[in-house]
Amino acid sequence: MIILGIETSCDETAVSVCRNGEILSNTVSSQLIHNSYGGVVPEIASREHEKLLNIVVDKSLGEAGINLADVDAVAVTQGPGLAGTLLTGISFAKGLAMGLNIPLIPVNHLEAHIFANFLVDPTLEYPFVCLLVSGGHTQLWHIKNMDSYTLLGETRDDAAGEAFDKGARILGLGYPGGPAIETEAIGGNPDAVHFPRGLMGNDSLEFSYSGLKTSLLYFMDDFKENVSISKNDVAASYQQAIVDSLVEKMNRAVYQTKSKTCVIAGGVAANKTLRICSREKLANIRILFPDLSFCTDNGAMVSFLGEVKLNAGYTTNIEFGAQPNLKMATS
Amino acid sequence: MVRNCRSVTETQEFAAELADSVPAGHVIALLGNLGSGKTTFAQGFASGLGIREHVGSPTFKLVSEYAGFPHNLHHVDCYRLQHADDFFNIGGERYLAPEHAVTLIEWADIISEVLPKETIIIKFRRSKAEPDTRTITVKGWYLDE
Repeated sequence: MIILGIETSCDETAVSVCRNGEILSNTVSSQLIHNSYGGVVPEIASREHEKLLNIVVDKSLGEAGINLADVDAVAVTQGPGLAGTLLTGISFAKGLAMGLNIPLIPVNHLEAHIFANFLVDPTLEYPFVCLLVSGGHTQLWHIKNMDSYTLLGETRDDAAGEAFDKGARILGLGYPGGPAIETEAIGGNPDAVHFPRGLMGNDSLEFSYSGLKTSLLYFMDDFKENVSISKNDVAASYQQAIVDSLVEKMNRAVYQTKSKTCVIAGGVAANKTLRICSREKLANIRILFPDLSFCTDNGAMVSFLGEVKLNAGYTTNIEFGAQPNLKMATS
Repeated sequence: MVRNCRSVTETQEFAAELADSVPAGHVIALLGNLGSGKTTFAQGFASGLGIREHVGSPTFKLVSEYAGFPHNLHHVDCYRLQHADDFFNIGGERYLAPEHAVTLIEWADIISEVLPKETIIIKFRRSKAEPDTRTITVKGWYLDE
């Protein structure tokens, strides 16, 4: 079965072709995707979905070596996301599905992110814990089965990737902020400055990063580099505060759900300190880090989940619309 | 109207009060530097509309939409945008003339030339002397008169 997946929930136009669970192409409109945390690139004007969709679909089919006529179904992101950009993708997908007289499968963007983990490791088995951590999300999920997901906790304010990005701006570092802070932190002392770790009390599985950002702001008001504290130390300490809270909550989630596997997905998963610290803290747990091309907003996760849904017998009427605040099926 | 809010809670309570009195169809521009209280204000505003969900920063998502009462909330963030064109590329029209909703726009100065002239402007300022206090100035609305 050949599925064409279309993802336009935010500022990325992404298309992919999936055949029997194998990704044949995974095309995104921005070139910078591999270099950025959270799949975020500043020049949004250059990526207008309407103009780009034809081009990206064409390119994706070409890379996959598939003719449009051979596509068996179209999958498209229904939400959550931006009303306007979702609608552009959905309208395009409907036109395609109707013209080719093939099924159209609406896909939940977050569910697609979680299912991308099966793409990375086909041996992954339910149940598992998934930490979804990017510029837009910081969520802990307990994945028990298809259609059986529990949101264990999420951020109350800023996402972790955003904390990196805004921290980098406050520190006068480059963009994207995640890699910039990571580079600046090399050789720095992570214990030099004590930044707050949000919501560490009790058994909380929620996150908070806005207090951390503000405390960096206050710290930098009066900061001048000196012999005892360098900017590298500040960056290392700030990074450590973000990583510590992620790892602590992840550990609690794994413990509370008695899980044996944990997946860390999203752009922030590229952070080496996060990788090292989570392996240390969760020493007896299998930890998976999906490849970044499947972590940022991408078409592969949509075509892949579309095929899974189709195989599971999901059918839909073509009358569905965009749902900017679509929720996951939880239980 | 100028209000000094001495804590996160005070900022949120003030925002909730405003949410009670701003009718659907309005756009509110939130202006101020990083950490000056814009998202905190949005959280209070949302709770004033009975929204129970976590209201996070929409910096990376660009827009978050919430179902509230008596109307909905569009929470927009222009931090990652460079021009008004970028805003229209993501379907910005929808948020400038909100139907059954109020739109809050963080970093609205980036798209200032396309904001409706009735836009309510709220400025946020943090003082170094009193780190927890935010000075919030509301302009462009009858409360101001």
